[in-house]
Amino acid sequence: MKNMKRENKKSLLLITPSRIIAKGIESLVSDYSGEFYISGILSDLSRANASMLKNTGTDIIIIDPVIFDFHDRENGRSIVGELSEATVIALENSSMGEECRKQYDDTFNIYDHPSAIIRKLRNVTRSVHESPAADSHELSAREKEILVCVAKGMLNKEIANLYKISVYTVISHRKNISRKTGIKTVAGLTVYAMLNNLVDSNTFE
Amino acid sequence: MIKDVLSPSMKLADLIDINYRLIGILPRFGIPLGFGDSTVESICGIHNINAHTFLLICNIYTYDNYVPTREHMEKADMRGIMRYLHNSHSYYLDYEMVTLGESIDKVTASCDDRQKDIIKRFFAEYKEEVISHFEYEEQTLFPYIESMLSGKRRKNYSIGRFEKNHSNIDEKLNDLKNIVMKYLPAGKCDAILCSYLLIHIYSLEQDLDRHTSIENNVLVPMAALYEEHEKGK
Repeated sequence: MKNMKRENKKSLLLITPSRIIAKGIESLVSDYSGEFYISGILSDLSRANASMLKNTGTDIIIIDPVIFDFHDRENGRSIVGELSEATVIALENSSMGEECRKQYDDTFNIYDHPSAIIRKLRNVTRSVHESPAADSHELSAREKEILVCVAKGMLNKEIANLYKISVYTVISHRKNISRKTGIKTVAGLTVYAMLNNLVDSNTFE
Repeated sequence: MIKDVLSPSMKLADLIDINYRLIGILPRFGIPLGFGDSTVESICGIHNINAHTFLLICNIYTYDNYVPTREHMEKADMRGIMRYLHNSHSYYLDYEMVTLGESIDKVTASCDDRQKDIIKRFFAEYKEEVISHFEYEEQTLFPYIESMLSGKRRKNYSIGRFEKNHSNIDEKLNDLKNIVMKYLPAGKCDAILCSYLLIHIYSLEQDLDRHTSIENNVLVPMAALYEEHEKGK
């Protein structure tokens, strides 16, 4: 995977376990547009791939949400956001809820017409230029739940067990919580949770 | 690299005019106001301060990311720097922590009891952290350097160990800043008291940041140089 800008072309990174989808998007991009090129294809976000993503600049990531397990799916965007500044477009699938769809910068369906897909790619890169901080500063419902656990003094491992998610995901949520609130310490998060009535003081008696 | 704008031959009043935040460090050097038109050199002479030490610390407070050269460090004296750091510790604990606690109490006076409690508890935790951080330096680092300077035998300790263990105390203060700025119950607290408190936190944050920089970028390298020099003997 090269981190090289080819003239003014925008780089696309694909994350999907399907070779067919990856090859399909690759040929679509080269047939229909001179504006984009595929800078890499990852089949999942394993630890090695995640760190590769972290150290590689790319403009747009096209992600297939099937790579996330069920519990992580609604936080897919923030998991990727921890690793890359890129715009993230998700592939739609039938089990995708509205909440899940909304977190991404855009989505498209593999049955969409190639020109519609290219148009979407163009639009997201344009809107990113208009608003560099595209991601939300509000805590998501899941982040609030995790914040409450942190405020109660639970360990990452305990939180992971409670919600049946990985410790890695818990850490990634905690990073996002700190980034959004500006508060890093457990003691500070506890104050935040109380002032925002996410927990009541009885919890600490 | 910055030229030496601040020099021993300039008037102390002009130095303060370049960076008014230097007013805060004068008491820690034991320099009272009312110094007339005297130069830095002569004031330092009167108060028995190494002028290079004084200017080095003024530079750190004046220029962001100032890192002294080896020459600067060789002219300064470690005991003087430790005395300054020690006086700063007393100032933070006896004055800053007290007034900060008082203004937090005033600002939160109109909040619910549980809100008051949680913020009070948070501040108490921060204060504890600051106290134990300073205690470590006062009881381990300074005595180590002092005995090194006076050529006494020392326990098994080295400046490298301090560098490794030097903890951060800035996270909680940063959290406090965000809590006061963004998350206090809207409309409940007095706006002017709140803004004073916030300015206070910002200036303390900056002060402590420079304080840490003196430890990490001046005292530690100076002591390490001395250690090396000793080994070479």
